[in-house]
Amino acid sequence: MSVLVYTENWDGEFKKLSFELISFAVKLAEEMQTEVVALSVGKTKDEELKKLSQYGVKRILKVENEEVDQFDPQIYAKVLSEVAAREQASLVVMADNNTGKALAPRLSVRMKAALASGVSSMPDSLSPFVIKTRAFSGNAFAVTELPTEVKIVTIAQNSFDLVEKPSEAVIEDAGVDISGMKPKTVVKEVEKQTDQLLLTDAEIVVSGGRGMRSAENWAPIEELASLMNGATACSRPVSDEGWRPHEEHTGQTGKVISPNVYFAIGISGATQHLAGVSGSKYIIAINNDKEAPIFDAAQYGIVGDAAKILPKLVDALKKAKSA
Amino acid sequence: MNILVCISHVPDTTTKIKFSENNTRLDTAGIQWVINPWDELSLTRALELKEKSGSGVQKVSIAHVGPASTEPTIRKALAIGADDAYRVDTEARDAYQVAANLAEVVKSGSFDMILCGIESSDYNGSSVGGMLAEFLDYVSVSGISHLDVENGEVHTTRELDGGCEKLIVPAPFVGIVQKGIAKEPRIAAMRGIMMARKKPIQLVDAADKEPLTVIKEFEPPKPRPACKFVDPENPEELIELLQNEAKVI
Ligand SMILES: Cc1cc2nc3c(=O)[nH]c(=O)nc-3n(C[C@H](O)[C@H](O)[C@H](O)COP(=O)(O)OP(=O)(O)OC[C@H]3O[C@@H](n4cnc5c(N)ncnc54)[C@H](O)[C@@H]3O)c2cc1C
Ligand SMILES: Nc1ncnc2c1ncn2[C@@H]1O[C@H](COP(=O)(O)O)[C@@H](O)[C@H]1O
Repeated sequence: MSVLVYTENWDGEFKKLSFELISFAVKLAEEMQTEVVALSVGKTKDEELKKLSQYGVKRILKVENEEVDQFDPQIYAKVLSEVAAREQASLVVMADNNTGKALAPRLSVRMKAALASGVSSMPDSLSPFVIKTRAFSGNAFAVTELPTEVKIVTIAQNSFDLVEKPSEAVIEDAGVDISGMKPKTVVKEVEKQTDQLLLTDAEIVVSGGRGMRSAENWAPIEELASLMNGATACSRPVSDEGWRPHEEHTGQTGKVISPNVYFAIGISGATQHLAGVSGSKYIIAINNDKEAPIFDAAQYGIVGDAAKILPKLVDALKKAKSA
Repeated sequence: MNILVCISHVPDTTTKIKFSENNTRLDTAGIQWVINPWDELSLTRALELKEKSGSGVQKVSIAHVGPASTEPTIRKALAIGADDAYRVDTEARDAYQVAANLAEVVKSGSFDMILCGIESSDYNGSSVGGMLAEFLDYVSVSGISHLDVENGEVHTTRELDGGCEKLIVPAPFVGIVQKGIAKEPRIAAMRGIMMARKKPIQLVDAADKEPLTVIKEFEPPKPRPACKFVDPENPEELIELLQNEAKVI
């Protein structure tokens, strides 16, 4: 038996997300009295792979065949299912991000393994295996039993703390047989957002809504975000108006994020907006209407004109930083 | 080229979600049902492609897995402009069962492009599209934010974490769509509503597949504590609370 973690590297480098996956899996494996095996697909240096062992994983399998240079869910699902079967994995853990969403369902059918997606808490019980999944756009959890022999869980980013547990890890080639499998799609162009904190990775997010009035007023939002090493976001009408880029739109039809802190500035708090941010640990609202529904979701609030409050907030933060 | 759009039937996004029978069932009283927002957008894009000259798209069909009570949602999709519909007459209990049934629909017809949404706003599984592709052993492309057909060749943009890729995709394939696929959902016009009444809804027998998961009950999210208000003249206080009380910055 084992718990298999599908880690993800970007151009050979791991991000916090993969360490969250390992931390979650190590904790769970202890309760299940089994071992964690990490799988890394794509070229990475061994030093980089060793970073995973900081969080308690003792076996790391890598797949560096040229067949995986391009992300092809069909080939990747085959790799995962082969490794999971060989390692007798009873649980496969991956991220509930674009990659996980593309792979986990394919793997589920391939292995006839029950899938729980968007998990943000430890299982309620191990046997039977019962875990909460996100449902009704954050308005409920579905307490779900996974009765199959192999189970798959995808976890929401930034929902589990990193737990350091330095250990010695063995790195092996996974030795999967995928030679001759060719991606059927043809990649014409790749665009990467480099050197930029991704909204989904950010622990602090400063977000503006229609109450910001125009694109020109975003400077203090950007400044607040950069002072806290955070990312900027916005409500849908703001990206529809073209005040902000589309990647920033959060909500039911945008990104679903769960940062530690979400500042909602000039955002009314419509259910469709909250659907994307209700997983945040703290919501802070600034709005000139004290009846705005955002205050029902917020722990801290300021009622007033954002245009007046934001510069003061920036000053206060700068002072606090230099103190 | 024929397109099949998979349609999920979900509570309107503003509906207050409540449960009954000891929180084991969704309380459907007073729920307004709608086409899942993503599916409305992929239907819109499919129709745009059909209308685009030289695209080679001939027909746009829709498929839904659900009991007869969901027919108003199917009629609505027909009124928006789909040519015909398939309904698998069963109340599926999880995404696996939905996908297994959709696979039967796909096998019974001749479709080059099958579109699913990134997630249904009910169980938020983000699962059906990928599962369907695996049942069929088709190529799947997830996170599609742009879709076009030129001279019978399918061009897509897929979003990855931290970037995007432009791909050419061979048919048949399953496309899983997200934000960007169409601007605004198309609305049914009166003429469409009249025509929809006459469009065929083909009933398909349910596949013999058991679900893989069992929902035991639903739990509301933890209520958030009441909001603490900070004096707008004194935003320092907010910084102080975030540093010392919440300890998050
Ligand atoms: C199917 C569907 C999906 C949707 N998906 C999304 C989604 O993913 N994300 C999303 O955000 N929306 C989504 N929406 C739209 C959503 O319903 C709301 O319309 C939207 O979230 C409102 O954005 P807003 O809060 O920026 O604007 P508004 O609702 O206009 O709110 C502006 C707020 O700013 C406040 N304000 C005004 N002036 C000031 C000032 N000077 N200082 C401080 N505050 C001020 C106002 O009091 C108000 O509360 C969706 C809608 C539908 C139907
Ligand atoms: N009952 C259903 N019938 C047809 N298609 C469905 C059904 N449920 C989900 N889908 C499709 O699968 C997508 C993702 O749903 P889900 O995996 O449930 O989050 C939806 O956007 C639909 O395209």
